Amino acid sequence: MDDGTIDPMTHDYSHELPFWRKYIFSTDHKMIGIQYALTGLIFLLFGFGLMMLMRWQLAYPGQPLPGIGTWFSENVMPGGIMLPEFYNQLGAMHGTIMVFLGVVPLAVGGFGNFVLPLQIGAPDMAFPKLNMVSYWFLLTGGVIMFASFFVPGGAAQSGWTSYAPLSVIASSGQTWWLVGMTFLINSSLLGSVNFIVTTAQLRADGLSFNRLPFFVWAQFVTSFLLLLAFPPLMAAGILQLMDRVAHTSFFMPTGLVVSGQLLEGISGGGNAVLWQHLFWFLAHPEVYVLILPAMGIVAEVIACNTRKPLYGYKALVGSTIFLGFMSFIVWAHHMYLTGMGQNLSAFFQVTTMIISIPSIIILTTLILSLWGGAIRFTVPMLFALAFLPMFGIGGLTGLPLGLNAADIHLHDTYYVIGHFHYVVAPGTIFALFAGIYHWFPKATGRKMNDFLGRLHFWPSFVLMNCIFMPMLIQGLAGVSRRLYDPMQYAHAQPTQPLNVFISISAWCLALAQIPFIINFFWSLFAGKKVDQNPWEATTLEWTAPSPPPHGNFAQVPTVYRGPYEYSTPNAKKDFWPQSMKETN
Amino acid sequence: MNNHYYGWGLPIDISTHGWQIDRLINVMHVIMAVLFVGWVLFLIYALIRFRARAGHKAEYHVKHFKTPTFLEVAVAVTEVILLTAFSFPIWHSYTQEFPSRDKAVQIKVVAEQFAWNIHYSGKDGIFARSSPKLMTSTNPLGLDPDDPNGKDDAATINQLHIPVNTPVIVDLMSKDVIHSFSLPVMRVKQDAIPGQSVPLWFEAKQPGEFEIACAQLCGLGHYRMRGFFVVEEKDKFEQWMTEQSTQ
Amino acid sequence: MSDTAAIRYISHPHPVTGVTNSKLGVWCFLASEVMLFGGLFSAYIMLRTGVPDWPRGHEVLNVPLATLNTMILITSSVTMVMAWASLELKSLSKFRLHMALTVLLGLAFLVVKAFEYGHKFEHHHFPATSNFYATYFTLTGLHGLHVVGGIVVNTYFLLFGIKMWDKDPEQFTGRIEASGLYWHFVDLVWIFLFPVLYLL
Repeated sequence: MDDGTIDPMTHDYSHELPFWRKYIFSTDHKMIGIQYALTGLIFLLFGFGLMMLMRWQLAYPGQPLPGIGTWFSENVMPGGIMLPEFYNQLGAMHGTIMVFLGVVPLAVGGFGNFVLPLQIGAPDMAFPKLNMVSYWFLLTGGVIMFASFFVPGGAAQSGWTSYAPLSVIASSGQTWWLVGMTFLINSSLLGSVNFIVTTAQLRADGLSFNRLPFFVWAQFVTSFLLLLAFPPLMAAGILQLMDRVAHTSFFMPTGLVVSGQLLEGISGGGNAVLWQHLFWFLAHPEVYVLILPAMGIVAEVIACNTRKPLYGYKALVGSTIFLGFMSFIVWAHHMYLTGMGQNLSAFFQVTTMIISIPSIIILTTLILSLWGGAIRFTVPMLFALAFLPMFGIGGLTGLPLGLNAADIHLHDTYYVIGHFHYVVAPGTIFALFAGIYHWFPKATGRKMNDFLGRLHFWPSFVLMNCIFMPMLIQGLAGVSRRLYDPMQYAHAQPTQPLNVFISISAWCLALAQIPFIINFFWSLFAGKKVDQNPWEATTLEWTAPSPPPHGNFAQVPTVYRGPYEYSTPNAKKDFWPQSMKETN
Repeated sequence: MNNHYYGWGLPIDISTHGWQIDRLINVMHVIMAVLFVGWVLFLIYALIRFRARAGHKAEYHVKHFKTPTFLEVAVAVTEVILLTAFSFPIWHSYTQEFPSRDKAVQIKVVAEQFAWNIHYSGKDGIFARSSPKLMTSTNPLGLDPDDPNGKDDAATINQLHIPVNTPVIVDLMSKDVIHSFSLPVMRVKQDAIPGQSVPLWFEAKQPGEFEIACAQLCGLGHYRMRGFFVVEEKDKFEQWMTEQSTQ
Repeated sequence: MSDTAAIRYISHPHPVTGVTNSKLGVWCFLASEVMLFGGLFSAYIMLRTGVPDWPRGHEVLNVPLATLNTMILITSSVTMVMAWASLELKSLSKFRLHMALTVLLGLAFLVVKAFEYGHKFEHHHFPATSNFYATYFTLTGLHGLHVVGGIVVNTYFLLFGIKMWDKDPEQFTGRIEASGLYWHFVDLVWIFLFPVLYLL
């Protein structure tokens, strides 16, 4: 058609590929994006399941789990009562799976892959075959992580943080974790190369960087974080693998005595804190990998549902880039209590305080974007709006943790767990739900059911707060994290009723996801059919058919204006698509 | 019995330095609450005032808000104050301003899976030599029995007694994996890292029976790595020390 | 797929960035590799400065053999450039010659390394023996894996990928250039490894 888009009525679909090349080994970014998204959603559910098991033990320590307790082997839950080793496995794998197999594949692999080429007017990613390989690396890593539960000794159980020397002397599941991580790291690495090159090279004519939708900026900066921060963790993983398998002593100091025996056969001379430095060098930027795509999604949904341009686009983009840089120099705020002196800790405190500024700017500009709008409370908008105060709580609770003096009391307590879950759960995951409801019509040609969407949203919003607000209270009371049985400590006993409340809320939160799961599958077949732009949005993905065919556009589109021309004065409608030449 | 020490808020603080930490935590939460309430009120107001309805159009040109810039600057200035007036001085005192060793009770704490080995230097202030090669189940600290400095040393498992109103210096170590020595009522927490010895100091101003917690995942027994932390009058402490060192 | 847009800038550079997709891609990849080896070098520094005694490389390792390997690798970088230049000058036969030399030199590097490792193992020096050996084996081992990777890719281009020359000579030249950049990087890492491990 004239604007470069494909007319679904005349497009020749006859040269489409056989089933296994279209759906299994696809090189089309949309199919790969859906593969990533479905894989991510399944692992999110699985990781949630692991936590629900843990919540039984926390609410009712030492009690047999009714009903499903007998499904588990006597090695991990004899008589339905969880063993401490199994609790630690659930904890370590919950973290690993949620971060690396749940959120990142869905936020970056899923949304990034599906939406980014469409939003920049490209026919696909720059390297489609590499894209396919990235997905299969992810799935391989996921299978390895899942399989690790079934090896002797069980899965990794030294926390998702895998601190040495505990992780070095741990059972074989930890080796599986390291091998699995190798695949996941390389999946992200290859993916990030693809995203960077695609964004730099394949933008439509007229789509300069300051006309890019903020979603694309967010994915672009995220890709740099993945590209540059993951390799030191790969290095650390190789060193830990060598310590475990080749009995080197990278992280093993001299003279270790384990269970009363001097550890023989190793040379010693290693440094346990070295692991932490290398790990957190990745893991801090990793948390910005978890939040930036979510902010990107929220920005798109807000612009579309306020019918006005985003407030402060330049501040938003500038803050995101600055945040990306700063994220590389704050990592040791996770290590304040390792014996750090005055100067090093002062440096990291200062950088940590500085990095809070762009986060506050981003949140404030998103909230200010509502001012003067005509706000449509669609289901995606509900999730995007909820993201704002939830991320606010998450970000604010990071401040006491960022000051090492306050961290003395709060380090490794439930305050930390409450802090980061606020950011990731009612923060990022809500943004991801917003994205699913928002882009489902583009991917499938059908809308999700509105009522079921609201039934999903409201209980989830309330319950998320019921789960994580009490954790902040527990943390202030000094309750440590990763405790199989909190009742052993006097200072943890008074807040034990909160554990019951949290656990019940968590199980109810699981039930609240049922409307979503039903809605998702039902709408695939019976959702209301839509045309290419059901939300009346301005960005390029909404000019392609729903779903777009392979290649997306008949020819490279031309872009004439910025991404958020809503309610432009003198325009006939309240939205003016980027690639539409004349006003409509 | 000790429920009046702990509840739903910060635990009781019996240390000389903890009040600064508590003050910082409280000040921070007030600031956080102000910011959060401000954001939420603005958000709710905007959602109501600018909801889509018949006859209401969105504005393409929205005025530039000055308040957010003022807010950013205020936040930055507040953070500078929190750092320089609160956090830096506390950390300096915590890590640099040690009492002199001859006036303090000197204790070595050696963490292991899953217990706290407590080693007192006794009145002479000198610790008996120890070595991993000498460690056995009855001598978990690996103390050299022939070292004369060890005569007044005392060694316990999970029993940390200190005299009230007296500075204490702990040299913290670990035998095997990373643990974290935590005394919630003293606002003391420090990672015990194998291969390193990290000094920390504190002083209690109230007697009582409290606990040591492990604050870093150290294996399957992490949850039960609880120690007894007793603060008592000086004469009681010395009597206890005498009992321990003759055993 | 004929009525949809094609991916641009595969063979011709982007007007603003000035590079093709594969060139930008390989530079990004190399940036990540810098972080990987950088992480390992940082670990080495932290470990070495953390202990009072650490063997001198030249007293323990075979410097002449490593010097030979350094020459081999540098020469292979030259032949790699020649391979690419041959394609720029449209000479497929010269490309084959220089690419084959690059592959052979790469294999020679690995053979010398195998001798070195074998010698160490014979004298019961393993990664577990000391952190010096742990660092030596891990760093040179990871580097060696990267050499293997480069050899595999170059051999693929020499034997199979060369078919692309008839269809799209610019794209094929671009691929060899990208592979060359990777190969130079592998060489560069060795130029850092050699003095750090063997001389200091």
